[in-house]
Formats: sequence, C-alpha cells, structure tokens
Amino acid sequence: MNAPLPLAKEPGGDCAPVLKERGQREVFCGLTGIIWLHRKMQDAFFLVVGSRTCAHLMQSAAGVMIFAEPRFATAIMEERDLAGLADANDELDRIVEQLLARRPDIKTLFLVGSCPSEVIKLDLAKAAQRLGGKHAPQVRVLNYSGSGIETTFTQGEDACLASLVPEMPALPEDAPANLLIVGSLPDIVEDQFLRLFDQLGIANVGSLPERAVSQLPGIGNNTRYLLAQPFLGDTAQALEGRGAQRIEALFPFGVEGTTDWLQAAAEAFGIDSAHVASILSPFQERARKAIAHQRERLEGRSIFFMPDSQLEVPLARFLANELGMVLTEVGTPYLHHNHLARELAAMPAGVQLSEGQDVDKQLDRVRETKPDLTVCGLGLANPLETEGLPTKWAIELVFSPIHGFDQAGDLAELFARPLRRRDVLRV
Amino acid sequence: MQLAVWTYEGPPHVGAMRVATAMEGVHYLLHSPQGDTYADLLFTMIERRGKRPPVTYTTFQARDLGKDTSQLFQDAATDIVERFQPDAMLVGASCTAELIQDDPAGLTEKMGLPVPVIPLELPSYQRKEHWGAAETFYQIVRTLADKNRTTAPIDSRRPLANILGPTALGFRHRDDVIEIEKLLGQLGVDVNVIAPLGATAADIARLGEADFNIVLYPETGDLAADYLKRQFGQPAVRTVPIGVGATQDFVREVAELAGVDPEPLLADGLSHMPWWSRSIDSNYLTGKRVFIFGDGTHAVAAARVASEELGFKIVGLGCYNREYAREVRKAAKQYDVEPLITDDHLAVEKAITEAQPELVLGTQMERHIAKRLGIGCAVVSAPVHVQDFPARYSPHMGFEGANVLFDEWVHPLVMGLEEHLLTMFRDDFEFNDHSGPSHLGPGHNAPAENAAQPANDTEAVWSEDAEKELKKIPFFVRGKARRNTETFAAERGVATIELETLYEAKAHYAR
Repeated sequence: MNAPLPLAKEPGGDCAPVLKERGQREVFCGLTGIIWLHRKMQDAFFLVVGSRTCAHLMQSAAGVMIFAEPRFATAIMEERDLAGLADANDELDRIVEQLLARRPDIKTLFLVGSCPSEVIKLDLAKAAQRLGGKHAPQVRVLNYSGSGIETTFTQGEDACLASLVPEMPALPEDAPANLLIVGSLPDIVEDQFLRLFDQLGIANVGSLPERAVSQLPGIGNNTRYLLAQPFLGDTAQALEGRGAQRIEALFPFGVEGTTDWLQAAAEAFGIDSAHVASILSPFQERARKAIAHQRERLEGRSIFFMPDSQLEVPLARFLANELGMVLTEVGTPYLHHNHLARELAAMPAGVQLSEGQDVDKQLDRVRETKPDLTVCGLGLANPLETEGLPTKWAIELVFSPIHGFDQAGDLAELFARPLRRRDVLRV
Repeated sequence: MQLAVWTYEGPPHVGAMRVATAMEGVHYLLHSPQGDTYADLLFTMIERRGKRPPVTYTTFQARDLGKDTSQLFQDAATDIVERFQPDAMLVGASCTAELIQDDPAGLTEKMGLPVPVIPLELPSYQRKEHWGAAETFYQIVRTLADKNRTTAPIDSRRPLANILGPTALGFRHRDDVIEIEKLLGQLGVDVNVIAPLGATAADIARLGEADFNIVLYPETGDLAADYLKRQFGQPAVRTVPIGVGATQDFVREVAELAGVDPEPLLADGLSHMPWWSRSIDSNYLTGKRVFIFGDGTHAVAAARVASEELGFKIVGLGCYNREYAREVRKAAKQYDVEPLITDDHLAVEKAITEAQPELVLGTQMERHIAKRLGIGCAVVSAPVHVQDFPARYSPHMGFEGANVLFDEWVHPLVMGLEEHLLTMFRDDFEFNDHSGPSHLGPGHNAPAENAAQPANDTEAVWSEDAEKELKKIPFFVRGKARRNTETFAAERGVATIELETLYEAKAHYAR
C-alpha cells in the first residue's frame, strides 16, 4: 500500500552532475538549532558545553536577546577545565546543580556538545547518564552534539531529535498503526496538519518533537513516519531502528509538495483517494490563489541558493515548478540522495546542484551569473547587496512558518519581497 | 566552567576581527571550525558593513582532525595571498584550533610568504574580546611601525597626533573619530594616523612621525600606546573626552602636549549641554537615580557626566571588564557606591533591581534588563546592537557628543511636569503611571506592580489605608518606600503598618 509513485526520472538523473566542493564554508554550526528548538520544546533546557565563542554565537546568530531568560545557556570551559578531564566532569556536575536549582521547571536537560568539547573528548553521553541517574525522576538528561566539526546548522536539530528517539515509549506488536510527523514545525503549522490528518481520517498522529518532551509519542513496528524537514537523516535512521517505516513523499512546500505529502500518508493508511481529493481540493484552491499573487513578480527571475539549511532542494523545486523561477545553482551543505530522491526527480532538468562549499569560488559564480535573487546566510547578504545583487536571508526560511497549503503564499512572498522592495525604493 | 546565558564580550579572536575589519589591506587567517564564521554577521548585519570582514576561516571538520589540519591551514594561506593580495596577514587560532595545537605562527613562517605575517597568540580560555583587540593592534603596530620614521622638526609644521583605538563594531567609534578630528583641527593640531579604523599597513609604518598619541579607547588602544611610548617616546593623552568637563580637560591636555593655547577654543562654549542642563526645565533632573554599567572607560566617563553635568544621583556603578576594574573602583568610591565588577549579567540584573534606579545607563544587556523592569535606559557602551549604529551623526565624544548625551539620557525619563501630574492625579483613567511616559508611546508601560519590589518577608502587615497610600507613590520610588517602611516597622517591632508608620518612615529616611 505504500508503493512509491513511479519516478519521472532517475534521481538527479537529469540534473547536471552535482558539483562537490570542499573548501572554506560560510555556514552556522548545529548549535544554532537551539534557537528554535528551545522555543518548540517548552519543558526542555539546552546546556551547551563549550567555549565563549559558543555563547557568543548563540546570542549573536539570531538576535535572540529579546527573550527574557532563554531556556538555553552555555557552560563556558576555562583554562583550568582543560588541565584534566576529571576536573571538567566535576565542574559540569556543579554547573548542572546550579542550573537545576535556578530552574526547577526543567524536565528534560540536553547536554549539547560543541567543537571544543568534542576535541578534548569530554564524554557527554557518560555525563548525561551520571547526571540523569542523580536527578531522576524529576529531570531526564540527554545529550547530542551540535559541534561545527560534525554538524552544519539544521543538522543540530537532526542530532537532537535522534537523541529523543530511544526515549519514545515502545508500542506493542498489535498496536494500531500510528503516524509520526518528524521535524519541528511552528505550532500553527503543526495544528493545521493535525486538523488535516483528522479530516482525512488518520487517527493516531503524533509529532517529534512534541511541545512537551515529557509526552513523546509511542513507536513500534506499526509506526509510519513522514519527514516534515529534509535534514533529518540520523533521526530517520534511529526511527527505523525502532521499527518505524518512512512514507516517501515530497516535502510539504507549496501545493505540489503538500499535496504529495498528505496523499502519501493517506495512501499508506489505506484511505480512499477520492476522499483525499475532496478534502484537499479547497485547500489547494486557496493556496494556488495565494501563490498567484506572487507569480507575476517571480516568473522568469533567476535564483541562486548558497548552502545553508538543506531546505534548498525542496524550496528550489517549489519556486521552479509553481512560480516559474529559473534555478541557476542550488547549493546545499549536504545532499541526502535517499530522502530527496522524489524531490530531485521533480526538479526541472539540467539544474546545477552543488554540495558543500568553497565560499570564495561560489561567490565568484554568483557574481558571474548575476542572479535576480541569491539566498544566503546573514554574513554574506549585505556585501552582496552592496554589489547590487539582491538577497534573501536563508535563516528566515528556517524561522518562518512556510510548510503546508496555508503558508504557500507566504513562502512565495518571502522571495518576492526583496524584489518588490527594490522596485519601490527611489533612494 | 562558568554558567553563562548572555556574555558581555566575545572571544579574543572576535577582538582581532574588529581590528582586521577596521583596517584596509589586512587579511586575517583564522584556524577554526565552520561555526565560527557566524562572526561575519556581527559586522555585516549589526554594523551594516557592505564588505565581508577580511577573514578566511579554515573550517576544518571532524574528518580532518585525524589527517592534516595544518595542510588546510597552509593551503588557505596560499589562497589568501593569491586572491586578496594583502599588505599584511594576521594568523591565529580560535578556541577549537587552539586545542589541536597546529601552531599557525610556525606553519606560516616555514612557508616564507611574500607578505608580512603577524602571528597572534590569543588564549581563548583565559581572555576576551577587548583584550584580543588590544593585543592584535599592539602586535600590528610592533611589527609594522617603521622604527626609522620619527618626528620632523616642529618649527616647520603644525603639531601631529595619532588617534588610537577605534575599531570596527565599536560603540559610536565612526562618529567619535570625526568629532575629535574636527576638534583637533580647531586647536591647530593635525592628525597623522587614525588606527586601526581606516588605517593601512603603510599608515601604521608612519606612526612614529607624530608628536604624541591620543588614546580614545583605552580598552583597545592602551597596549599599542604603551609600546609607542617605549619605542618612539611619544607621550599619550589618556583623558577620554566624553562630556563637557572631560572634553575641556582633553583639550587642555592636548594643547599642552602640542604647545598651543586652548583658551580661545574653550571660551567659545562649543556645547549646548551646559545651558540645557542649567535651564529651569532641567530642574527635575536633580537627584534622578541612575545605575551605570558598561566597559570600564565608558562607565567611569558616564558617571562623571551624570553626576557633574546632569545632577543625577549615582546609585550603582560597575564594569564587566576586569582589566579596567581599578578605575571603576576609584570612581565608585568617589560617588559613594559599591563597585560592581562582574561579567555575569544576572548579578547585574539583581543589582539594578535592588538599586531601583530611575534610569539605567548600560549596554545592550542592561537595555533588556531595564525594559523588563520598566525603567528608562540609554546605551553608553559596547556590547552593541544594530540600534547602536544610527544612520544620523551621533558621537558620544567631544562637545557635540555632550549634546547627544543630554538628549539620549534625558528622553527616556518621565519629564518634569508630567512627573508632578502623575503624582497629583493618580486615579486618572488614562493618565496614570501604568501608562508610562506619554512621549514614548505604547510599549513603554510601567512594569507590573511587583516587578521591582523586594519580597515582603517581614512580619509587619500593611493596613488597608497604608497600602492604598503606598499606591499613590510613583511606581519608580514605590518599591523603595515599601522596603524602607517595612524595615522601619521591623526595627521598631510594629506589627501593622498604619498610615502614620508610612509617613514616620518617610521622615526617618528623608535626606
């Protein structure tokens, strides 16, 4: 019942060969994911075990200082912690005591590894076990690595969610089939999807992560999961290790992606396709109407994606297929061929993909092709604007509600806005 | 280990970036993992710079660690020379690279690169951003200043000064420098070199030609000025010209070193600030309680202005950089407050809550604290935010800077007559202290009743009358009145606080 749709082309078959680059990269590390994860999981706290640089990154990366006291902090390692490992562990225990005394509301504490903690081989898994035993049952202590030597930007969320999978309650062999939506979504979008699955007739739907980490959904051999984000390779593997099966689909961006995503789930749960079509039709209509407003401005315009969040491929597919944009280069930090197979097949033929980065060479290509819009990181945007090249902050695509039918118009608008602004300004 | 939610200073390599980015033709090769590239956005976003910082990050990954990260470093050095053709190259390691001990200095030395290479040893686990900037600037000066270029005979020219310390991402550095250069021109002093901001390697080479140095930002310029004194015998002006009085002192100090007469310039009365402060409508500023926190230099300078030039009462003074704690301690003694030397913003928040100021002069951190407590705030020091790079010209130094200080510090306050009206007509349905200062618009509401209030842990109970009367006291002093009354009651064993107790306590604590 979960037969994959016949692919129009071989995955990536009609794309130009993927340009693999290995040079200087201009991307965030996985710690940055904490900025949205700590808002999503309201009973969790993230303690980065790292350096002053990590703490500085966290407060600079997204201007997050608007939050009174965030549910994250850094245990900054100092000279004396580096002298001997036993010392560092004692220090970590002391910091955790201090933190838990200050924030008795914490139910789950993530110890998050960083570049320096990885390099000195501070064993956070062991520390989590030790501290978990000490503070059970009030606090569960987990660990993952958000280090920049191992993770790029959104891979931090992948590592975090993967660390939650072993904590999910096991469902019995004869449990009724359940569905998991995997990947953190803004609450409003998650609620829209839950309503849609309900209307479609899929009953047991849970999310990873849930808003409360203490209420993780169950998992077993009858669990099917849908990836809501394209950057969750490790999480998917961990879920499959516990018996869950992935429902292959496009990612839910735009009408095409969202339709495919929901249809694939409905099919996996044996729901009548006519029923599915009748439920989805008004949503599709509404989304098409919203997208149409932006199509005029975006059609025929060229766009260049610098690697950032791994959202690049599905977003490029949306912009090409539904808004008529021309893809000059679609860069991504990591190309997950398996999870993106359907996306790559749905892309227009001959698109130049690139994986990894050599930032100066890539900027040379941007200058050469002069795209109408370049999607890039915060550090690169103003310099490109100064050179007369319009940009879109990639991080906005991670922080804004962009999934699903009712956000499709907003998603298109995010790309249209920089172009509209340039048309408006007379200074 | 230290538990930190927010930090006042970044790591020392960010200080080095502030120097490299400020200069022209200097490139910084930083051995670091990819995440450290976030630092670019400090300059391109917060400061809105239109160019990428001249920094190449080696961005080594876990898989490189077992192999040859030093090769990555050397390849990057070769690429930099080829692509950017810098006049000088800084090389160093960030916190992670420091641990893998690749020795950037030794690696580049072996390569024999065709440009001057300046190795930076910035211990990430001991030092912080300001120190990193000062050390980097010092190393650049030490390496590039030409020891054969010294002063020309004075009779054939105007006196020459170097301006030291301004960097990229500096708090109001862009405008301070313009203001001070103008002031020196009016005094008849020419500027030899401004550095690091806008300086090239060639500019650094001719630092020795100046008669003296002006250290505008001691946190970043002191080390270099000390070196120049040793090497070239150049004296340094270290008075920081923030406020009218300090600017006058500064002018006199410069004039003495330059051998010019400062009095004609000083007689001109170049700032509106003294009259703005003396005019009758500023009477209400008298004794306003102000809490000051920032880098040592800006905090001490702000305290002088607040006390001598605006007539505020200082109820707290501190800094986050221990290197300048001595100056802050000295000033705190003068203003009779306990100095607060800490880089823990939670300790600062606690101190502000307890001091119950009417105005906070601080950094971005204090701006957030003050916002939460519903207290007016003006930013006087780094760390900076995008709002601290205004489009308009707004120096904090010099005579124009003093005008800017008056405006920026006075505007967040509840204005004179408004303050009286708030006290007189407390029950007006739309004009009460919960609606906040009228000129600041919505979003500046007074905090919830108990936000800035000490916990009531005394035995005394408030009578209904006394409690009602307490609510008639303006919110910004209400907490203090409550605390004083409760202490007064406790000391006298009063079980119930009546109206009379409130007023007896008021008289007792009146000064």
